[in-house]
Amino acid sequence: MSGTGQLAALTAREAGLVGCRRCTRVWPIERTECGRCGASLESRDPKSLSRVWAWWTVGVMFYFPANLYPMLSTRTLLSTSESTIVGGAIDLIHHGSIGIAVVILVASVLIPMAKFLCIAFLALSARRNTDMSAGSRQHLYELVEYVGRWSMIDVFVVAILSALVQLNVAASINPGPASLSFALSVIFTMLSAQAFDSRLIWDRIEDADKPATPSTGASSPRQEDAYS
Amino acid sequence: MADTFDDLENLIACPHCDALYHVVSPKVGERAVCHRCHAVLIAPKRRAGMSIIMLALSVIVLVFGSIWFPFLTIHTSGFSNSATLLDAAFAFTDGPLLLLSLPVLALIVVIPLARVMLLIYVLWPVVLDRKPYQKAREAFLLSEKLRPWSMAEIFALGCAVALVKVADLALIGFGPAFYMFCTLVVIIVVQDNYMCRWSIWASLDPERDV
Repeated sequence: MSGTGQLAALTAREAGLVGCRRCTRVWPIERTECGRCGASLESRDPKSLSRVWAWWTVGVMFYFPANLYPMLSTRTLLSTSESTIVGGAIDLIHHGSIGIAVVILVASVLIPMAKFLCIAFLALSARRNTDMSAGSRQHLYELVEYVGRWSMIDVFVVAILSALVQLNVAASINPGPASLSFALSVIFTMLSAQAFDSRLIWDRIEDADKPATPSTGASSPRQEDAYS
Repeated sequence: MADTFDDLENLIACPHCDALYHVVSPKVGERAVCHRCHAVLIAPKRRAGMSIIMLALSVIVLVFGSIWFPFLTIHTSGFSNSATLLDAAFAFTDGPLLLLSLPVLALIVVIPLARVMLLIYVLWPVVLDRKPYQKAREAFLLSEKLRPWSMAEIFALGCAVALVKVADLALIGFGPAFYMFCTLVVIIVVQDNYMCRWSIWASLDPERDV
């Protein structure tokens, strides 16, 4: 392998080809639809970053009401209380369920915030130099895609509690307006992450490296034991 | 340059970083990994098609089971209530919150169910060494697009969190649907592990002679 330090490789784009991101089949660069799976082909989606920012903005906008309005309203014989995401977690800490409070805080506060920051960083760094290597940014992107879905857990908890705790006069739990804006925020942020074309992360290597490494033709992927 | 790549069928481009490779079919149990971004490109499994179909059929049974039976039950100070999966999805009844019911139902029931049905449709002829159905490519593409939106496992963890939240308020019992749903989550994870997307796409390739 040439240039393992910088990890330059012959890319489909440099070879005058375009790879399908769904089924990995390779086509001549002019082609617009994959003949194998029917997905649309785009060597580098020029609108990728604008779509990322558009979904990102809507996601962030919905995140504010999600934290300001109550997620749940709990009515017992004596009192009615409404709690926001953070308020609910604080209640749990007072009741001694610190573990669950941590799960809620991580899934509903830490992950969404970290996700906004990571997507913004990835989108910005696609256009300029950063200290972070392409490999680490690829890992970051995969982490964001994988973890982002788990933020929906708070919406599901609200759904389960509201369906289950309907005990006539003794107690009842009902969803609050924040559940809708929180769910929308998670969905829009997922769309934002999906709109990002991760090949943009790697392009700068080739662009910087071009004169140094002559293309040596396509190699073979590494074979490894799946159970190692 | 392009003239050295006449045979495009034997090339593969990493979907994450665009690195170009010659296809080398790994042995069963091995996998082909991208050199620079370490994405798994090809990972064939023994008798994967049949295993996926069998697991998909059990998912269908379990989904209907977990819709039908009560999911969780609650008892406190003389009152009791039980909730099914559909009750949980339709818990959002308050004005604009109603908008949330359908997406929640889709994320936890409809999309997981639709994905396994699409997979059976796609893989059934392939397993029998027949020509794929006409809409097989569209079906598999749709199933792949739906993948991030299938959130059964997240819902299962949500149940655990909900249980702890009300544990000091009332006595909670698990209904049969709860166990069915947990099994379903495990099966979906195992099934995903069996799926080698490259192998499935290759078997659906219209240029492949049948």
